[in-house]
Amino acid sequence: MSQGNSQTDTRGRTRFGYHRHADQDRAGSGIATHPVVVVGAGPVGLSLAIDLAQRGQAVVLLDDADRIGEGSRAICFSKRSLEFWDRLGVGQRMVDKGVVWQVGKIFHGASLLYQFDLLPEQGHKRPAFINLQQFYAEAYLVDRVSELPAISLRWCNKVTGLEQRNDHVVLSVETPDGPYRIAASYVVACDGARSTLRQMVGAEFAGQVFEDQFLIADVKMTAEFPTERWFWFDPPFHAGRSALLHKQPDDVWRIDLQLDRNADPVAEKQPENVRPRIARMLGHDHFDFEWISLYKFQCRRMARFLHGRVVFAGDAAHQVSPFGARGANSGLEDAENLGWKLDRVLRKTSPETLLESYHIERSQAADENIRESTRSTDFMAPNSSYEARLRKTVLSLAKETEFGKRMVNGGRLSVPSIYQTSLSTVDNEDWRGGPRPGASMVDAPITGSIGETVYLTDAFAKAGRRFALLVFVNGGAMDLPDDVALIPVGGAEFSDAAGHLASRYDARAETAYLVRPDGYVAARFRHPTRGAIEAALLRAAGNI
Amino acid sequence: MALVTRSNFEKPDDAFRAVIEAHRGLGDEASADLDAALVLILANHIGDLDVLREAIDLAKRRMLEASQQQQQQQQQQ
Repeated sequence: MSQGNSQTDTRGRTRFGYHRHADQDRAGSGIATHPVVVVGAGPVGLSLAIDLAQRGQAVVLLDDADRIGEGSRAICFSKRSLEFWDRLGVGQRMVDKGVVWQVGKIFHGASLLYQFDLLPEQGHKRPAFINLQQFYAEAYLVDRVSELPAISLRWCNKVTGLEQRNDHVVLSVETPDGPYRIAASYVVACDGARSTLRQMVGAEFAGQVFEDQFLIADVKMTAEFPTERWFWFDPPFHAGRSALLHKQPDDVWRIDLQLDRNADPVAEKQPENVRPRIARMLGHDHFDFEWISLYKFQCRRMARFLHGRVVFAGDAAHQVSPFGARGANSGLEDAENLGWKLDRVLRKTSPETLLESYHIERSQAADENIRESTRSTDFMAPNSSYEARLRKTVLSLAKETEFGKRMVNGGRLSVPSIYQTSLSTVDNEDWRGGPRPGASMVDAPITGSIGETVYLTDAFAKAGRRFALLVFVNGGAMDLPDDVALIPVGGAEFSDAAGHLASRYDARAETAYLVRPDGYVAARFRHPTRGAIEAALLRAAGNI
Repeated sequence: MALVTRSNFEKPDDAFRAVIEAHRGLGDEASADLDAALVLILANHIGDLDVLREAIDLAKRRMLEASQQQQQQQQQQ
């Protein structure tokens, strides 16, 4: 790998070498200046760097550690994240290694209360979710980074200072060889929930801390449980509390157990104390620990994700409780949202104000994620005797009523937000379905020119990281603005004989969808004209 | 106002009675459980968040007024 010698241990965890960079030898001749410096080589920083590099930007990616994080941490990666990773060239590898799942079951006591299916229809390239240890995801992303010379990934580079100037940011960086400074037009802070860059810009990270403690353990064992998400309220093996069981690759199982508010966090983390709890749950003692952690939930966000020329993404900008898979996935959605905008601003094809739409769209999403995850947490850990009573009532009503089942909240899993955004062109025609402006594109199978099945998400990825116009062709040639890729369906290139695409997009002949480079719908037309498309493009690129 | 506050029962006394009888013989705990279930069942039946919120507002406003009156009475004493 061009990033230096890496060493992978038996659990797939990888350690990287520190390498001195020429930027560190520029004393006297002025500091090196880069278009973008990304701080933090976690899933969000790595994905953003890849996206920017694929768009032709040179990226410096700094990380203070020399290794990929310990423990499984994030495990659930959503369909939306996989579709983004497909465009980054790593989606297939993630899916091949990951455990595919879509069904969740909720138990109350020993009995099944209800189950849900997160992707009940066929015809999507990617599953609802895969489970994959975060360190695998990071390792695959690092491998992809090493194929992209435009990314300079520097391990053991710790940012210690930040100065905002009129048209750039200067970072002080500490390395094993001592300090150096670099300048960047923009800095993106993907440095996690304890973000040092957030402290450097003096931003608050306000929100709610939950008092309940949760024990999280990854155990290795061979077991025959199905690849489903199982959640218990008041299970026989853990009376009065909640529990979660979920499969990961390599025969590793994620177990989450709710503990008392006043449980001693140091004692509870000791393997000899964890083991009997898990053994009670599994009914046997034949397992090994991969990772044990104890945590309290926090739900909080920065008031603004933009601070001058420093942009915040992922856990650095917002933090949610883990039930719902909204942490890593929302961070990846941040990266997906930011990449194309930052690229356009750096190329000056869009004004700097386009970045404000990142703040607006992604802080809406953060609010939604915080709201959903707070509700789940409150349901699992009621705050008052009345809340406990109401929860008990819901659980008992759920036995015989459908409405009761739907009120049981064992985590609402991550779905992409629908942006209320000035980048969207408001619908002014009659639509009975299909993704509306601000929503992410919906996948569907179509047929290629030699009869092969392809997916709309593939066709979009091939369209080349630009705005794309999905058109249900009607014979006549389209008069398209430059800079828009065409995805014509119904002609020689792609056909939709089965009508899946037309049905998912409420399409008739001539219907067209303008899709942003991040795969979100910007506008849609029953009878597209060049003028209408151009106007929608200007709006979606922040140029009006 | 989406919430109907004009009398909706032909015989309001029957509705009042039905609730009273449902609680008869129950202790405070069991009564609170019954009320909690009734709230959720009826809220779902209504199925309109605006109506539910207006109902909550009305119920809370009444509590506020009651506690203010109590305070005033205490001050007068």
